[in-house]
Amino acid sequence: MSSEPTAVPADAFEQAMDRRPVKGRSLYVDAWQRLKRNRAAVAGTGMLVFIVVLVSIGPLFNPWDHEIPDWDYYSTPPSLATGHLMGTDALGRDLFERVMVGGRISLLVGLVATLVSLVIGVAYGATAGYLGGRVDNWMMRAVDAIYALPFMFFVILLMVVFGRNILLIFVAIGAVNWLDMARIVRGQTLSLKNKDFIEAARVSGATERQIILRHIIPNLLGVVAVYVSLTIPQVILVESFLSFLGLGVQEPLTSWGALVNEGAQELETAPWSLIFPALFLAATLFAFNFLGDGLRDALDPKDR
Amino acid sequence: MRAPILKVEALSVQFRIDVAERSFRHDYRQLRAVDRVSFELGAGETLGVVGESGCGKSTLARAILGLVRPSAGRVIWLGENLVGMSEEQLRSKRRELQMVFQDPFGSLDPRMTVGQIVGEPLRNFYPSMSSLQVRERVAGMLKLVGLSPEQINRYPHEFSGGQCQRIGIARALVVNPRLVVCDEPVSALDVSVQAQIVNLLKDLQKKLQLSLIFIAHDLSVVRHVSDRVLVMYLGRVMEVADREAIYDRPAHPYTRALIESVPIPDPVAERARARRSLGGELPSASDPPSGCVFRTRCPWAIEACAATEPPLETLDDGRQVACLRRAEIKAGAPRALGEKS
Amino acid sequence: MALLEVRDLTVSFDTPDGVVHAVNGLSFDLDPGQTLGIVGESGSGKTQTAMAMMGLLSENGRATGSVKFRGQQLLGLSLGEMSRIRGSKISMIFQDPISSLNPYLSIGEQLIEVLTHHRNLKRREARTRATEMLLQVGISEPEQRMRQFSHQLSGGMCQRIMIAMGLLCQPDLLIADEPTTALDVTVQSQINSLMGELSEQSSTAILLITHDLGVVAGLCDKVLVMYAGEVMEMAPVDELFADPAHPYTLGLLNSVPRLDREQSGILRAIRGNPPDLVDLPPGCPFRERCDFAFEACIEHAPLEAIGEERYKRCFLERRPVTEDHN
Repeated sequence: MSSEPTAVPADAFEQAMDRRPVKGRSLYVDAWQRLKRNRAAVAGTGMLVFIVVLVSIGPLFNPWDHEIPDWDYYSTPPSLATGHLMGTDALGRDLFERVMVGGRISLLVGLVATLVSLVIGVAYGATAGYLGGRVDNWMMRAVDAIYALPFMFFVILLMVVFGRNILLIFVAIGAVNWLDMARIVRGQTLSLKNKDFIEAARVSGATERQIILRHIIPNLLGVVAVYVSLTIPQVILVESFLSFLGLGVQEPLTSWGALVNEGAQELETAPWSLIFPALFLAATLFAFNFLGDGLRDALDPKDR
Repeated sequence: MRAPILKVEALSVQFRIDVAERSFRHDYRQLRAVDRVSFELGAGETLGVVGESGCGKSTLARAILGLVRPSAGRVIWLGENLVGMSEEQLRSKRRELQMVFQDPFGSLDPRMTVGQIVGEPLRNFYPSMSSLQVRERVAGMLKLVGLSPEQINRYPHEFSGGQCQRIGIARALVVNPRLVVCDEPVSALDVSVQAQIVNLLKDLQKKLQLSLIFIAHDLSVVRHVSDRVLVMYLGRVMEVADREAIYDRPAHPYTRALIESVPIPDPVAERARARRSLGGELPSASDPPSGCVFRTRCPWAIEACAATEPPLETLDDGRQVACLRRAEIKAGAPRALGEKS
Repeated sequence: MALLEVRDLTVSFDTPDGVVHAVNGLSFDLDPGQTLGIVGESGSGKTQTAMAMMGLLSENGRATGSVKFRGQQLLGLSLGEMSRIRGSKISMIFQDPISSLNPYLSIGEQLIEVLTHHRNLKRREARTRATEMLLQVGISEPEQRMRQFSHQLSGGMCQRIMIAMGLLCQPDLLIADEPTTALDVTVQSQINSLMGELSEQSSTAILLITHDLGVVAGLCDKVLVMYAGEVMEMAPVDELFADPAHPYTLGLLNSVPRLDREQSGILRAIRGNPPDLVDLPPGCPFRERCDFAFEACIEHAPLEAIGEERYKRCFLERRPVTEDHN
């Protein structure tokens, strides 16, 4: 045992520290780590990447065109011999090519319509939530009212008036979907508004606009990311439903929904023409949902 | 006191609360969170504000800074009345009036780095400052509060509670304010860290010649930092006095009860105390007792206390008390703390 | 035989960030009728100690060691066996009284349920007993209170009800985890007085978990000071305050401002920050914040007996003293 203890110098800890500014570990990095640990989310992301790559470059390697039929083979099952990896449909068009091209459309609709609903929804919801009081009340009652309108009716109306334009489909779906996003963003904004750091920002001299841009919106990104990844599959499904009704994209363009529609009619004679597009559709929806759930868990502050 | 830098005159804050909802009509009740509070604060002085839950001390803090709109009264800051000013005008005043919050983590934006957090007031009030100047000032501020400037790119969740509170203090002081309102700055911290932050605040006050309004429910801590103390109950001021006067010779029954309730970390002293706790419960803030709001729990209450609300009167020694019976209640030491003249 | 014998209790949690060592080798005894205070700050492990004893650890927690209550091992008991003990032989009250009560059941229902479940009483008898208990804890008009719900009552009132609920079956041990921290100071005083009276009148032992040294001074017979999951010092209450043997205890006593002392300029704060339980440094966990640390502190000190019911975990031979302490 030592004799007289010499105290550890008070700033020893400080002296031992590195002098250069330390890089911080942001919450996003934290969330990313958690996301990587979630196997379902990783699998989902992998699947999505695979599908996106496939629909993007798959057609480059496929000799067949999506419109021009192969006169030799009508309604033939998938075989390597014929070169039709997924078979052909009743008109002899190569199914693989059609599923890829259809995939591009479906994914594009998903992305663009979601983007539209994102921009409108975030702006609307954040404003309503932040301003609060009567303004918020009226804004959200408006949302409730629009929600009550039959969506199908609205889309059909648009189609009738403007024709079956693919751009219109983007807009129509996005214009309806923003309602959910607005509600979520408003709720999140309300809970953020009462946090101390918002008050602190006000005390620090920030204007209302600065507070929304600098503090509210960045703290919304997490929730928004989760809902974007859950909205995309919803939108794809809506488009598929429209196509199933015959209101979706017009020939010769096609989408997974349209293909499912055609395939359903040939279920007895050429089941593969239903199975393949349905498989891709289902896989994509599952993948997005796993990713979305994974994101939600990763960004959940309760686990901190 | 020399000319006070802050004069609060009969400040009231009222909230409207729903009591019942019948079809489309609402029955409202007015809740007086802060009721005609008046006090003065001199340069370099620390005013401690104590009270329990529902006393309105946090609302008072926000009303002074204009974060909550007062329903009546005036807040005279350096000669100008802040009440009724537009948001624009108030914002320009905020450079001089800053705040430190209770929740060390909640008061910092989790998505911003420490550097961005502490630099924000600079960017807001001095938009012409270059990034380099901002960075330098932030680094200097971090050092002043006992953090190392190398941490400037770190995020709040990477720090402990005490360190986050230091960051909050740095942010409040970075624009050189004259008054800092501290709303329960150490209540959410561990005991061993509370002392660090209290020391830091006192030290910075001396260095930067700040005036402080220190709000807390912990009487021991308030005694340690304050020059004068204001005691609140249910939105009203019960007593205002110099620190020594309040703690050695409390005049108001509520002040006495508060002091007697604080346990002392000394088993011998605790056993020697005739433990007399204040009975009863806090009345509803939306339906306060008539006359003196403290009368329902006051051991000295008489009939007159229900009839009239006692005004805040100034006594010879400078202290102010709102109690009808103050002359009869000898301003002696609370029994709990032993004999003191 | 001691009522409660804890030996080498270790509690750890598996988290995504690593294993959190909440409690490391805790040992102590509690005799019938005694009041033991466990003092510590955040990260000290005091709450998890109680949770482990009551079988209330969360999913990812593991407890090893021995916790013997009246000779019976509590760790590893089945849910059924533990349920028989909880509420009847060992009761627990928590920090937030209002959320400790079920908001959908009336107070009376919750109190009656304890008696019908544990003591097999008929409802009428249970109601009578519950009403008596409410009177005993200082609640006036108990019949009216029995009909009310938790959201209609104040924090202080709810905590009294929790104490009543805890004492209904006359348990041998009452564990109180920061029972007054969430309450106003005048109400804290009421509740502390109440607990003091009840402990004097009955033979219930109390395990009081708190960070407030003032409360400890007023209520406890024996005190255990924890830091980073370990016992730093254990002593009878008078000795702990008059003559602390561990630098952490001394630091705590010095850093708390006191109403009965002359106000000095600076509080003697403990420097540094609370421990990181995932990544504890080798040797003494308090070393980096200790004004008295020296070379030997790199090694982990054993708990050493230094008197009657007196222990310390520190290599310092002499008592740590600062000029202005007492």
